[in-house]
Amino acid sequence: MPDVTLTINGQAVTAAPGTLIIEAARRHGIEIPAFCYYEGYSLQAACRMCLVEIEKNPKLQPGCTMPVAEGMVVLTESPKVVETRKAMLEFLLSNHPLDCPVCDKGGECELQDMSFRYGAGESRFTELKVHGEEQQWSPVVYYDPARCILCYRCVRVCDEGLGVTALGTQNRGVISEIIPNAGDHLVCDECGMCIDICPVGALTSGTYRYKSRPWEMNHVGTICAHCSDGCKTTLAVRDGEILRGNNRDRSGINGEFLCIKGRYAFDFVRHPERLQSPLLRVNGELQPVSWSEALSAAAAKFNEVKARGGRFGVIGATRTTNEENYFLQKFARQGLGTANIDHRRSGDVVTLLDALSGRANALATVEDLYTAKAALVIGSDLAQQHPLFAFQLRANWRHHQLTAYVVTPGPVREDLYAARAIRSEAGKELEAAASLRDDLAKSQDLVILFGDAIKGDAVRRLVEFGDSLGIPVKYLCLVDYANSRGAMDMGLLPDLGPGYQPTQTRGLNWREMLADPALDVLWVVGEDPLEETALASANAFVVVQDLFLTETAKRADVVFPSASAYEKTGTVTNSAGQVQRLKQAAKVMGVKPDLDIMGLLAKEMGLNLGIWIPDKVFEEIRRTVRGYNVALPVIATGGAAQTGAADGRIPVTVPPELIRSAGDTLFTSGTLGRYSGMLRSVMEAPGTLYKP
Amino acid sequence: MLFNEPHPLEVKVLTRRFEYPNAEPIGIDRFLATRGYEGFRKALGMTPEQIIDEVKKSNLRGRGGAGFPTGMKWSFVPRQSPKPKYIVVNADESEPGTCKDRIILENDPHRLIEGVLIAARAINASRGWIYIRGEYRYLIAVVDKAIEEAYQHGFLGENIQGSGWTFHLSTHSGAGAYECGEESALLNSLEGLRGNPRLKPPFPATSGAFQCPTVLNNVETYSAVPDIILNGGEWYSNLGTPKNGGTRLFCLSGHVNRPGVYELPMGFNLLRLINEVGGGVRGGRKLKAVIPGGSSCPVLKAEECDLPMDHESLAKIGSMLGSGGVVVMDETTDMVKAMFRIMKFYAHESCGWCIPCREGTAWLKKLLGRLDEGLGVSTDIDLANELARNMLGKTFCALGDAAAMPTISFVEKFRGEFEAKLKSAQAQAPVPGAQPLAVL
Ligand SMILES: Cc1cc2nc3c(=O)[nH]c(=O)nc-3n(C[C@H](O)[C@H](O)[C@H](O)COP(=O)(O)O)c2cc1C
Ligand code: SF4
Ligand code: SF4
Ligand code: SF4
Repeated sequence: MPDVTLTINGQAVTAAPGTLIIEAARRHGIEIPAFCYYEGYSLQAACRMCLVEIEKNPKLQPGCTMPVAEGMVVLTESPKVVETRKAMLEFLLSNHPLDCPVCDKGGECELQDMSFRYGAGESRFTELKVHGEEQQWSPVVYYDPARCILCYRCVRVCDEGLGVTALGTQNRGVISEIIPNAGDHLVCDECGMCIDICPVGALTSGTYRYKSRPWEMNHVGTICAHCSDGCKTTLAVRDGEILRGNNRDRSGINGEFLCIKGRYAFDFVRHPERLQSPLLRVNGELQPVSWSEALSAAAAKFNEVKARGGRFGVIGATRTTNEENYFLQKFARQGLGTANIDHRRSGDVVTLLDALSGRANALATVEDLYTAKAALVIGSDLAQQHPLFAFQLRANWRHHQLTAYVVTPGPVREDLYAARAIRSEAGKELEAAASLRDDLAKSQDLVILFGDAIKGDAVRRLVEFGDSLGIPVKYLCLVDYANSRGAMDMGLLPDLGPGYQPTQTRGLNWREMLADPALDVLWVVGEDPLEETALASANAFVVVQDLFLTETAKRADVVFPSASAYEKTGTVTNSAGQVQRLKQAAKVMGVKPDLDIMGLLAKEMGLNLGIWIPDKVFEEIRRTVRGYNVALPVIATGGAAQTGAADGRIPVTVPPELIRSAGDTLFTSGTLGRYSGMLRSVMEAPGTLYKP
Repeated sequence: MLFNEPHPLEVKVLTRRFEYPNAEPIGIDRFLATRGYEGFRKALGMTPEQIIDEVKKSNLRGRGGAGFPTGMKWSFVPRQSPKPKYIVVNADESEPGTCKDRIILENDPHRLIEGVLIAARAINASRGWIYIRGEYRYLIAVVDKAIEEAYQHGFLGENIQGSGWTFHLSTHSGAGAYECGEESALLNSLEGLRGNPRLKPPFPATSGAFQCPTVLNNVETYSAVPDIILNGGEWYSNLGTPKNGGTRLFCLSGHVNRPGVYELPMGFNLLRLINEVGGGVRGGRKLKAVIPGGSSCPVLKAEECDLPMDHESLAKIGSMLGSGGVVVMDETTDMVKAMFRIMKFYAHESCGWCIPCREGTAWLKKLLGRLDEGLGVSTDIDLANELARNMLGKTFCALGDAAAMPTISFVEKFRGEFEAKLKSAQAQAPVPGAQPLAVL
């Protein structure tokens, strides 16, 4: 259908038929105020703030539900409309406590903004106000009914957005209020999206409430340190301390989404057990020492072992940046002359890339999850392990009627709307998926998401299956942590260098390193392999870079305290191969980013590995790593740049048993999660989740 | 059940089977013996178009309050839609001053069932619900019994009267919310959801109960249909005035000598209703005001009451025929108190969905209560009027208007009484340190 033309405030405007007036106006720079309207969620027309004048219509009409029509004449700032807004605000404020001076939302409250623009100067309300007591619904969510304007955004985001449906409304009339459907506590994902979406300060965050005023903080948009989905989170920082995480600016690949970890699990940063000084083993005990002492001890040992041709083992991490991982493998390969470098893998990206080599457009992006016609989820409980992807698929179903198929060992949230959900034993997933062949082949296109259930040869069979459907198929191999994908791309692999270039010699994988009785040096950057496997070499000199005194750090001879993802800059790559930039939010005394530590160590050893400034290292990555020649302005401005597929065959030598997901849930996040008091409080809260 | 004594001026169509004094609801035997289900039998031989045409010809207009032409409403149902079609009966009767649906349900429940069956034929519906307000719990048993009888006699269920057509009907209890009489809130409630109104469009005719095409009418509306089919639309139309076909059940209450429910032709004169049918104002007092169609309708001053009771005449003087609830107020009536009482109702019944009604009714209730207690200030009267005007036409559903319209009319037509209250306020005030009156 052709676009319709209408006028809004005298300005000619065109819009697709069916566009709501509020949206048509917004796209032409005309803001129609609204509390209950929220893009992408069901329409309410409850707040009556968006009432506008439409020529030939005796009554004002809500701009949030009225679609545009040819020749329509709309006035959004006429005296009648402005008077009405003023009246609605007067009604809203009549029972509002007006406790702005102490309200968390003060300064970023939509009710304040609207009152400032359209409100009356004086209050005519002299009656007793209706008041409701503040309630704690979970360790992280509080509700203040007096401030609530009943816009039902929270109810909708929980129900429609997440499929959790933890919130409802009770009572009627002026004493209506939002309640947890479980009665007095939330049984939910604790994602806090209701808090973000609340236009006023009715829902407040357990970790942030009454701590600060928004304007006292710096707001730093960075990438979540937890899972591999790559959400943008805006950390609010005062005096170097992160006070809250939120996502009100919605500029990331996650749109309005953020899960509990991205929003609340930053408190590991100031955990009392954080390492803040280098440690050196003196007389069998780890003792705090100066940076120069620790650096020279490690450098001396590295040089000695290198000089006598001894055996190194280097293990990198899945949360360190691309720059750090790139520098680490360069350090190992060029500086130490060893091929023994690895990290703990959680998904078989390598086999997938090999199976797809030479094919453009076969790797799914986060955007694809929202636009694909059909999706097949194999062996992963997305709502637990990949919350953003779960949200994205659900949004696709809500907005574009995605047809979803699920093959998992147990029930998952996608069952709620999946066209078919199949339960399958571990190892039988492909057979189960094959039974969907006829349904899948009917779709216009398909995205297949799979976890560590599909690895090695199974990945190749999956791709063959996809090929046999005769429709365009894209794949997304799910991995665990914020830079799990980047660690592989950067070549933290014994057989493959950066960009999956085969190395001349195949080194030891991390299990082989630990099992090697003759290992001289074990260097672990941001990992804790000894938590599950013993170190065979009793005499190995162990150097560890970490935030905490992990099992591995306890065995170390030198420990360097490193900065977390929230305390440094650099880039990370999510499961879907999108590169995004970290910005430094917090400051912690005594720590250094891993890249600095490695750079200083190289300098101390007398090596020349190039400068260790993140931007410079990234320049080198762009030049040398396949697929990483991404547009800098995209990431510099906080966007996500898609890396290219590694084209060409990749020799795969890794045993598939080494590929194993840690199986985190929504409320765990490996080591970091153990040091997040907030995540623990939610898990330990009695009842299903929380009961006062 | 007991019913008021009939009046000779009444034209008995819907109430033609009522007997005075009557102790029992009319069972199926007596119903069948008095041409019961004959209209339906006739409708079985008609096409949907013929049924709808007949109803259109009758000039029957909805008796729930809005007065929408019934035949036209039925014709909006997309009969070709592959979805099932439903019939919903609005028996939520909660408008203050209204008690006519109850009389029908109590005395002649089969009449309603017959009307429903004819409507169901007209849109080829497969299922119907009678949504009865929770407070009418005892009537649910009466209607359930009638439904059971209808099933036993083959008027409900499968292959009705050998026609091959299947239609099921059951009652559904409300839970005590006036708002659940608003058609879309009723549908939400019926579906087990919170009783908030829905966005319109879509209207029930295209997407009603469970997102299926639905005809939703008032009890009295359906109950008029059997005789329309039996005697023809023209016959029914001629009972009333040109645009207002048939008869209507007027619920006469308040300060009259003979309150009751009277079936009178549309267009019957209001003063005659009070003076002749109702036996005049109680105690020989003077008439002060009349609410002509339930508490949502703007009040009429005594001198405005000489008019025919039809939709157009009442609209012309700025009020409404509404639900037929005629509330008579004599010269002793305290109009401020009366308005306060009305607003207490609306504040209690506002569903809370939209801001102007939720906050406006609560504010007005407190303000009017304060005025009534003699604690008003000089700006209160204008404020009440202005708050009501800020609600009018701006709320999500018509409940907000229903609260605003009487307020405006009371304040504007009886301003003197509000001012007098203020004066008594000045006599009482100022009490140092007085707390504002909490009216909850
Ligand atoms: C607040 C509100 C309450 C209502 N209550 C009732 C009611 O109790 N009974 C009723 O029949 N209609 C009621 N209505 C009107 C219905 O919405 C609807 O118009 C009517 O049931 C349609 O039937 P009709 O066309 O037969 O009148 C109410 C409307 C509003 C706005
Ligand atoms: S708590 Fe906030 S988001 Fe939820 S209804 Fe109230 S004001 Fe709206
Ligand atoms: S979904 Fe993953 S990336 Fe997004 S906020 Fe949660 S843990 Fe962080
Ligand atoms: S006007 Fe608004 S608050 Fe009042 S009953 Fe209707 S929807 Fe509910």
